[in-house]
Formats: sequence, structure tokens, C-alpha cells
Amino acid sequence: MRAIYKRELRAYFHSMIGYVFIAFLVAFTGIYFMAYNLNYGYPYFSYVLSGIIFIYLLAVPILTMRSFAEDRKNKTDQMLLTAPVNLFQIVMGKYLAMVTILAVPCVIYLLFPLIIKSQGTAYILIDYLSILVFFLLGCVYIAIGMFVSSLTESTIIAAIGTFGVLLVLYLWSGILDFLPAAAMANALGVVFILTCVIFCVWQMTKNWILSVGLEVLVIGVCSAVYIWKSSVYENLLSSLLGKQDLVDVLTGITSNHLFDLSGIILYLSVIAVCIFLTMQMIQRRRWS
Amino acid sequence: MIEVKNLTKRYGSHLAVDNLSFTVEEGQIYGFLGPNGAGKSTTMNIMTGYLGATEGQVLMNGHDILKEPEKAKKCIGYLPELPPLYMEMTVSEYLQFAAELKKIPKNEIEKQIKDVIRLTMLEEVKERLIQNLSKGYRQRVGLAQAILGFPEIIILDEPTVGLDPKQIIEIRELIRSLAKNHTVILSSHILAEVREVCDHIMIIAEGKLVASDTPDNLENLMSGQGQIEIEARGNKAAVEELLKSVEGVASAEYQEETEGIVKVMITEKSQTEKNQTDKNQKDIRENLFFAFADRKIPLLTLKQNKSSLEEIFLELTQNGMRKVNGQKDNKEGKKS
Repeated sequence: MRAIYKRELRAYFHSMIGYVFIAFLVAFTGIYFMAYNLNYGYPYFSYVLSGIIFIYLLAVPILTMRSFAEDRKNKTDQMLLTAPVNLFQIVMGKYLAMVTILAVPCVIYLLFPLIIKSQGTAYILIDYLSILVFFLLGCVYIAIGMFVSSLTESTIIAAIGTFGVLLVLYLWSGILDFLPAAAMANALGVVFILTCVIFCVWQMTKNWILSVGLEVLVIGVCSAVYIWKSSVYENLLSSLLGKQDLVDVLTGITSNHLFDLSGIILYLSVIAVCIFLTMQMIQRRRWS
Repeated sequence: MIEVKNLTKRYGSHLAVDNLSFTVEEGQIYGFLGPNGAGKSTTMNIMTGYLGATEGQVLMNGHDILKEPEKAKKCIGYLPELPPLYMEMTVSEYLQFAAELKKIPKNEIEKQIKDVIRLTMLEEVKERLIQNLSKGYRQRVGLAQAILGFPEIIILDEPTVGLDPKQIIEIRELIRSLAKNHTVILSSHILAEVREVCDHIMIIAEGKLVASDTPDNLENLMSGQGQIEIEARGNKAAVEELLKSVEGVASAEYQEETEGIVKVMITEKSQTEKNQTDKNQKDIRENLFFAFADRKIPLLTLKQNKSSLEEIFLELTQNGMRKVNGQKDNKEGKKS
């Protein structure tokens, strides 16, 4: 794993992507810092962080696009997969290299609250916790980007795909506002989502009896609950999906100064799921 | 030692490798021979653990490539069809990475890299970026990566592609020297190369093993139907009449007659036939020489075309294809 980690890290600095990523994040933070904190005299650095999340949408795809797509295109994955290292080590080596690059600007951010402090009152604890959450959100985005990169051979498609996914996640709460509140619509929505899950099960197992059985079960239970107490379904989708809002965890601390531990657990779980899915994608390609 | 048992690989409905089984003994050079798309690279990819087989098993020194991948992969050095190179690295950086990836002990890495660079003659380019190297050099860097750590089994997929003739000879010598302590498997569609380098040839067609033997045995297998090419100055009728009287001539094919020179391809009677009639029979070429000398017809060319590996290759691989096509026809026939 160390060999892969070292090589990836070096490659990011050989190919300029690492420098560009770091410079991009630091430069925009500097502009926002100057405007919010220095110009308007706002004492929280965390406010700057909530303002620059959209920079992630542009910077993370550029960082993650080549992680697996390029390996596959240049056939260098053959070297990694035939070497005496296991798949988890390969994926983690690459992932940690990208996280390390992300850590560089985040470490630089640690200086900004100190600059504020030198000029007056600063809220170091909240600012540092915000930087930590901001860093973790970046880690989640990188994990998602890495997974998208493992789906394709083209770095361009990987970058655009990652941008699309991250944009949806960024606009998550706005999109959820459009979901209907009525019980009937929500019940159908739940059935639709579970049907998609069952379709995935069918794709993986190719077992008709199991998937049809599950589908019948889902429809049965959903309609039974609907008949029993239809109010359960009211606003169900938006409240359920609202809990998966990644950006909300960061704005919670930057705007309201609330450290949301369940949000951190959500972050870590999404990272774990993405790493798992990346490994599954690579395995799948070996067997198809 | 490598054992491959009932290996099958299906891509959807396409059968890339069809129930392939063979054993590779230690300390020999094995050649995988087959036309494009015969399943050579797929087989090698499965053997090295890059691809999973639909069915079957691969054992590397007794380790199953799927059940104990790390142990099995440690005994293999693999050069794929396209050398897996990181273009933005220099040659020595790349080899350093390969060494760490292969878990070569730290105190040996430097020496190993030095040895490998010397063996593959990369001395003068070792500080250059791989993207600035020519195809031949890249191929050699790939080869260097494969033999790094000197694993017991070295698998090379078309190792001499893109090299110039001098380099080809050098690499062949390198492969031969490696075989003293390693088992080497190489694939190629260049027959001369396989003939020259390998101790054992496996011919693959349509994912099936159609022949597996030493090069000499393969040639002997077919040499019964040797052909002889002659050119003589004279008219066609005279030559025709003369050939009829020569012993051991099965048939003659008159190819052309230009400026009084007749060119004939003579098919020898097969060896078994000859042995039955006369055990002490001379080489047919002697008979021909004396026959032409007696009639005072000058013989300009007398050349034996021993059934070459090329012909064996074509014969076997096309037979394989014909069989497969035949099966397809049968199936279609049954359907209709």
C-alpha cells in the first residue's frame, strides 16, 4: 500500500494537478477571507468555509478523475492487480494519496483563525472544528469521485460525472423541497425506491423468484401501512432523504455552531460505502 | 511449476478460452503460439490473476491464484501485451516503485534494480522520463519490471514486439539466460522466434490447445510430406517424362516456364510408404540429381522444403477453426 500511496502522491505533483488543486482552494479561500473577515470584520472563519463549498464541486472532480480511469486506460492496472497486494490496499493507497493532497490546504486554513485572533476576538474551537468538518466533507466527495472514476476509462467522463453527482448533493435540500407532501405520493415514492433496490438485487443474483418475492412483499407491506395509517407517509421522503444531506452537516457548524456527531458518522459511512463500491467495480470488471 | 486445469473464459456468449489444461515444468521456456484472438493474452491474464476465469483453476507453485493470490502472485513476473508504464516517471523511479510493489526487501532493492537495468540494457536511459522513450525502450522497461525480483515464473506476452533486430537478439539471449533459473512462458505470433527460443511449444487456436510438443517433434510430425523444389533448363515435356521415371516422386506440379527454365514442385512419397517399399532408399534428391545428369538436363535449383513450423502452425490453427466452423454449421443445420 505504501508503494502505491507514494507513487500516487508523486504523480499528483508531477502532473501539476496537485499544485492546481491546492492553489485553487487556497486562492479562493483567501479571496473570501479578505472579503468576509478582513473587509467586513466578521470574526468567524467558518463562515468563509460555508461560502466556498462550491469550489469543491470544481476542484474535487479534477483531483479524482484520473485515479482509476487513467490506470485502466494506460493498462497500468494490470501491473497493480498482478502484484502481490490486495485490492483493498490498492484502493486505499490511491484514496489516502488524494486525501493527503486535500489535507494540505486544510492545514493552511488553520492559520486563518490565528490571523483573525491577532486582530481581535476569534473563535478558535468553532473555526477548527469547522475546518475538520470541511476536510471530512472533502474526503466524502473524493470517495464519490474515486468511485465514479472506477466506472469509466475516460478521465473526462469521470470528471463530468463526478461534477454531476456532487452538484446534486450540493443542491440536495433544494431538490427535496420539490418532493410532494401528500401520503399517496410518498407511498409510491417509497415503493419506487425499494423497487430500484430490488432491481439491483436481481442484477446481482439473477434470481427471479427472490426478486419477485421481495417486490410482492414490499408492495404488500407498503399498502398495508398505507391502509392502517396513511399519515405515516406524509413528508416521509423529504424527511428521510433530508437526513442524508451532506452539506447540512457543515452549515450546521459554520452557521449555527452545532457540531453534529451523527453527521460525522454519515460522512464516514458514505466514505466506507464508496470505497467498498469502488472495490466491487474493479472486481466486477475482472469477472465479466 | 504451473498447473492450469480446465480453464474456461466466457465473455457473454463469446468463448475466449475453451477448457484449456496444461502443465508447465520448471526451468524451461514455453512458447504460446496462436493467431490473433486465439486467447493467448486472455490465458496469460487469467494465469497472472488479472482476470477471473469463468471456470477452472490455476496453480502457481501449488498456490491457487484466486484463493492465495498474494502468495501466488509473488512467484510471478508479468509483462502484459502493453507494458504497464507510468509515463510521468523516470525509468529508475518506475523500477523503484515496481520493486516496492513486489515487496522486495529494502536492502536488496538497489542491487536488484541495478542488475535488472544491466540485463535489459537500460543504462543510458535510466534517468529519462518514460514518456520520452521509444517503443523499444519502453518494451525493455516493461521487461525489466517483469523480471525485477527474479520471480520463479516469468510470463511475457509478446516480449519482442517493437524492438529492432539487434535488440530482439539481445532480448532472446536474455530470455534464454533467464531460463537457467526460472520458468519462462512467452507468447508470440512470430514463429521463428518461438522456434529459436522455446523448449516447448503450445499452439492455441480458438481458445483450445491444438498441439503441445517440442519444436523438433512438431516438425517431425509433419515432415513425411516434404516438398522439393527444382528448376531445370529444358522443355517441360522432357522434364515431365524424366520425373515419371524417378523413384520416390509422388506427384509433381509444374509451376511456370520462363526463358527455357522449368520450375517444378515435387511432393515426396511419405516416409511410411517409402519404408515399406524399400528401407535402404536413398534421399530422393540424389535420385533426381543423377536422373537429370544422365539426360544432360542442367539442374539449376534443388531445394528441400521441409515442412516448416509455419505450415504446421497454419495447418493446426486452420484445422481448429474449420472444426469450430463445422460445429457451427452443424448447429445451424439442426436449428433449421
